Amino acid sequence: MAPGATLTTEIVIQTIVSGLLMGFIYALVAAGLSLIFGLMEIVNFAHGEFMMVSMYSVFGLYLAFGLDPLVSAPLCVMFLFALGVATHYGIIRHILNAPMLVQITATFGLAIFLRSLAQFLWTPDYQSIPDPIVSGRLDLAGIFIGVPQLVASAGCLLAFGVLYLFINRTETGMALQATAQDREAASLMGIRTDRMYALGWGIGAACVAVAGVMLTNYYYIFPEVGFIFALIAYVAVALGGFGSIVGALFAGVLIGLVEALGGLLLDPAYKYAIIFAMYLAIVIVRPKGLFGRF
Amino acid sequence: MLEVEDLEVCYGDYQVIRGVSLHVAEGEIVSVLGPNGAGKSTVLNAISGLRPPRAGRIEFEGEPIGGRPPHEIVRRRLVHIMERRRVFPYLTVRQNLWLGGYNPAARDAREETLRHVYALFPRLAEREDQLAHSMSGGEQQMLALGRGLMARPRLLLVDEPLLGLSPAAARHTFEVLRRINETGVAILFIEQNVQTALGLAERGYVLESGRLVLEGRSGELLGSDAVKQIFLGG
Repeated sequence: MAPGATLTTEIVIQTIVSGLLMGFIYALVAAGLSLIFGLMEIVNFAHGEFMMVSMYSVFGLYLAFGLDPLVSAPLCVMFLFALGVATHYGIIRHILNAPMLVQITATFGLAIFLRSLAQFLWTPDYQSIPDPIVSGRLDLAGIFIGVPQLVASAGCLLAFGVLYLFINRTETGMALQATAQDREAASLMGIRTDRMYALGWGIGAACVAVAGVMLTNYYYIFPEVGFIFALIAYVAVALGGFGSIVGALFAGVLIGLVEALGGLLLDPAYKYAIIFAMYLAIVIVRPKGLFGRF
Repeated sequence: MLEVEDLEVCYGDYQVIRGVSLHVAEGEIVSVLGPNGAGKSTVLNAISGLRPPRAGRIEFEGEPIGGRPPHEIVRRRLVHIMERRRVFPYLTVRQNLWLGGYNPAARDAREETLRHVYALFPRLAEREDQLAHSMSGGEQQMLALGRGLMARPRLLLVDEPLLGLSPAAARHTFEVLRRINETGVAILFIEQNVQTALGLAERGYVLESGRLVLEGRSGELLGSDAVKQIFLGG
């Protein structure tokens, strides 16, 4: 319990709502990461930086043309999709059969590069979009919900739904799953697995971009902004099960709730300690995660 | 129909296939025999495009296909069913079959081909919503064959279709291969058991250490001392 606070029903509900809202954002970031891992067993260490780039692209379009995040969001998501595809063709394709350490350093190197580039272009300072269209807060019987938070969360949940339907209900989604499950067999069906990999990187980057652009309505933009989101996404992926999209959703929401409630009941300073303690407890009991196949 | 000449295939610096030539005529059923590590699978992988050859000529229906990627080769209705079935474990039976007809040459006829496959394997129709990994080995082999048929093959490459099957499932698979062949589909298959293989095939090729050591009609190979020597070590 944080010193000086009293635990009322309103506060608990308020906390659960905030945790849920944050959880859907974590879930989408994790889903993108999990998709790429499930497809080719490569961990994208630049995932947080993709998010950061999406946020700066919103910021850049605001500076250049005065575009509101709401307007620039679709453009920025498409830009990140293209960046993901380019990452596959420019880097990943060449290291597919390389030792794991090479794969780690390649995406890690990309992360450092993107972070440094952001510092070079926009300085390490915290930036924000002044007066976005999406603003204000709702008062629902004493429970306050920030409109930007609500919109971000709803947007992420919607994107998650689209991703789920795409993967499970479309021909291309099925081909993507087949490629993830057995690349050689998929190629013998006539599936162009290299294109599926590129598509996976595009979708993975687009997922984290949806979260990023939504966050610009109420979150600071700085070169390290993606770090904590990516860190939580790694936990969510391990918790939910590597490669499981549904697992990412559950784990993301679980982390959001634990973070918020842990912050309320103990102290906000301990919230990440609680998340990682939970993570350790679950992976010890169930190493393949809640929904994992590996 | 299929002509392979002086095929050479390497894994890195290690040459696995050292000059293999074989052919399959329209509607024929031919087996590739040989002890473990002889390079049988590698030959099929080279034909279907999974493992590009280092040298040699591969022609299918008069056109060179050596070194072309798998998605181009399957479109010519040359279909490869790999060893150990390799079904997509977390897709349903129906999804597996549906993806078998993914390539543009087979796509438009998928509904019809699927009915045909279900008629051949009623068990697959019963289990169409089941995840592939939850099925028995015999059922997975049916699924692998059915998925291959979904690509509407003119030539089917089948790698060890009887591997790990119960005697009953093996007999059934054997019978199905014969029926597929009777519909006019040529088959080139790998089998470890000489008696079984030559019981099904019209002709056979025997590989040893990446080289072709014998070829002939099944009857001749069955009686040959050389075959006994290779497989029984005496």
